[in-house]
Amino acid sequence: MKTIYMDHVATNPLHPEVLDAMMPYFREIFGNPQSIYEPGIRAKEAVENARAGTAALINAKPKEIIFTSSGAEANNFAVKGIAYASRNKGTHVIVSKIEHHSVLNPARFLEKSGFAVTYIPVDKYGTVDPDDVKKAITKETILISIIHASPEIGTIQPVEEIGRIAGEKGIVFHVDAVASAGNIPVDVRSMNIDLLTFAAHQFYGPKGAGALYVKEGTRIVPLIYGGIQEGGRRAGTENVPAIVGMGRAAEIAKRDMQKRIEHVRPLRDRLIDSVLKIERVTLTGHPEKRLPGHASFVVEYIEGEAMLLLLAGKGIYSASGSACSSKALKASPVLISIGIPAHLAQGSVVFTLGEGTTGEDIDYFNETFPQVISRLREISPYAKGWEGAEDPTCTVKK
Amino acid sequence: MYSEKVMDHFTNPRNVGEMPDADGVGTEGNPVCGDVMKIFIKVRDDRITDVKFQTFGCGAAIAVSSMVTEMAKGMTLDEAMKITKSSLADALDGLPPQKMHCSNLGADALHKAIEDYRKKQGK
Repeated sequence: MKTIYMDHVATNPLHPEVLDAMMPYFREIFGNPQSIYEPGIRAKEAVENARAGTAALINAKPKEIIFTSSGAEANNFAVKGIAYASRNKGTHVIVSKIEHHSVLNPARFLEKSGFAVTYIPVDKYGTVDPDDVKKAITKETILISIIHASPEIGTIQPVEEIGRIAGEKGIVFHVDAVASAGNIPVDVRSMNIDLLTFAAHQFYGPKGAGALYVKEGTRIVPLIYGGIQEGGRRAGTENVPAIVGMGRAAEIAKRDMQKRIEHVRPLRDRLIDSVLKIERVTLTGHPEKRLPGHASFVVEYIEGEAMLLLLAGKGIYSASGSACSSKALKASPVLISIGIPAHLAQGSVVFTLGEGTTGEDIDYFNETFPQVISRLREISPYAKGWEGAEDPTCTVKK
Repeated sequence: MYSEKVMDHFTNPRNVGEMPDADGVGTEGNPVCGDVMKIFIKVRDDRITDVKFQTFGCGAAIAVSSMVTEMAKGMTLDEAMKITKSSLADALDGLPPQKMHCSNLGADALHKAIEDYRKKQGK
């Protein structure tokens, strides 16, 4: 069976050039970058080379890049590291309501540790109003953390404007750019960003490689204490092959970015146009200001996980934010934040395209998806409307 | 994640549909928090002669609905009342832990349909 991968926001395959770049660092040049003999020196050179490539992707200086194990680690590091480094200055943190769990959960941890956190709401497209951020700032505010692009609804935030506001007030501004960096232009200088999280596997690099950009002169407390790696800010023997992979993937992403955007965007638009012809289906997220390969919907009267399973049975791999598709059995907080009622959030489905997506894939998808929806609507008691579904009390027994 | 039996009942669900002349109807669950199952039964001489279902929900919910209708068909009402969430889950070769509540819903919806029938009979 032909398989079509439409979950590029979950992860990506390695770019072949990235794999080639990584290979020597598993067996030949396996030295510890901290060692002073030849294999160590060569590993160190590779790490520093990768740092330069990674920095260039976001217009940072190499010394402003700290390699981590993942985007989640970099987000934790940013939120906790800035809060603890600045707690003499203030104890207030601002985040949006649609942050990734790796920002929201450290923020909740801070709340338990004596910090105050303001959660900025979003509009129906999932956009943060910079004015709301401005109004939330107090004398105590030490950190503003906003996600650049939402993996669930694709919406891109006005980070440049928020960065300007933070800069004027002298507040550290962190951006979670995991879903955006490597896929759309990110420039930490022009966007007034002090810290930025990104992850290699989002742009055809390896899993297990992330980075936190920390602007020169910004004070941050380590998350992982130990040796002197990464300038003493992130201990642990460097994951040399993964770091090399991230550096190479960043170089390729910078080189091919425009080409990639021009490849996925028309395919994505064709998918959206086709899906919106189906009755009772709505696009979630911003119609224009969204990731170029990202399409997300709510389909009424049916449930997301069931859609994913039937699509997977037809070789199409995708994602959902429905309660049933989450292990916690809770509807996606992002969908709830943009005002989608819980019963509609159940019909959430997300398709993200990539380098390998073809026009034929989209044709096949556009033919298959309506069949999947009809099939499930035939089974649904609500196929003719939501009558009798208004009861807001939850009776699920677990 | 799911057993072959669950996938079979999900992709080829048995007894799907409405039953306009049902003798008893039971609905359980809530679309706000997950799944909704609606079960229709036809009863002759205290025995379930036909069953249909409609379900809004995940793969497990649809498979459970299909299985509960298959199990109940031909049973006496008392026998059908003894179908439990664990006998349903067992019949499907197990469900992932976070999906066990689906089998609960299936059993409850069937039992509600039987109660509905009995109420209508004045029993």
